[in-house]
Amino acid sequence: MRTAIVERPLDAAGLLREVSRDANGAALVFVGTVRDVNDGRAVTGIEYSAYQAMAERELAAIVGEAAGRFGTDDIVVEHRIGTLGLGEASVVIAVGHPRRGAAYEASRYVIEQLKQRVPIWKREHYADGTREWVHAGNGAAVDPVGAGETVREVSR
Amino acid sequence: MTLRVLLFASYADVLGAPEIALEVPERATVQDVIASLLARPGGDRLPPRPLVAVNQAYASPATPVMPGDEVAVIPPVAGG
Repeated sequence: MRTAIVERPLDAAGLLREVSRDANGAALVFVGTVRDVNDGRAVTGIEYSAYQAMAERELAAIVGEAAGRFGTDDIVVEHRIGTLGLGEASVVIAVGHPRRGAAYEASRYVIEQLKQRVPIWKREHYADGTREWVHAGNGAAVDPVGAGETVREVSR
Repeated sequence: MTLRVLLFASYADVLGAPEIALEVPERATVQDVIASLLARPGGDRLPPRPLVAVNQAYASPATPVMPGDEVAVIPPVAGG
């Protein structure tokens, strides 16, 4: 297992190599990238920021949970922060497992938990020159301790 | 007592700084931190019950805070 919050471009192929072993009949890599349109607005880039120390802890906790639930220690996750252009990878999750089903489930678990719990934020830059913080998936489902978050600046 | 409070993303924008010194009662809880924050200039633009982390772990409104704790107010996260 390995997790990191980094400020450099992500190397998906490198992460895939880290989880590939002879015992693993399945190895897969999820790559989250910057998309050109959100809520009908043309996006030119995204600026990611993090509460780095807590983000690293939370991400490591999620990967530890996934390892326990799905039975593999071959999980490597990197999230990039800083300003990213269209098509650049913001997150890479690589999972190796003897069986494909559990590999897919572990990968899905990590990305869904990451989106709910890891303190990382993004500000989208739009073609019209404006910028806005994205509060993705905000609401009751994204409430780790029941604190009742209500802000919704940009829904998606 | 005075607490050092970290702010991020949109919350740092509305309160005007990434870190502020906040005066709260002795034996304060997260709820007291929130009340003190909401009373600051710009605090009216925060949600009524923002998420707070104490020492890098999500905390509930009843969680006690001590001088020296790392207290952070966490906007809705948007990683991935």
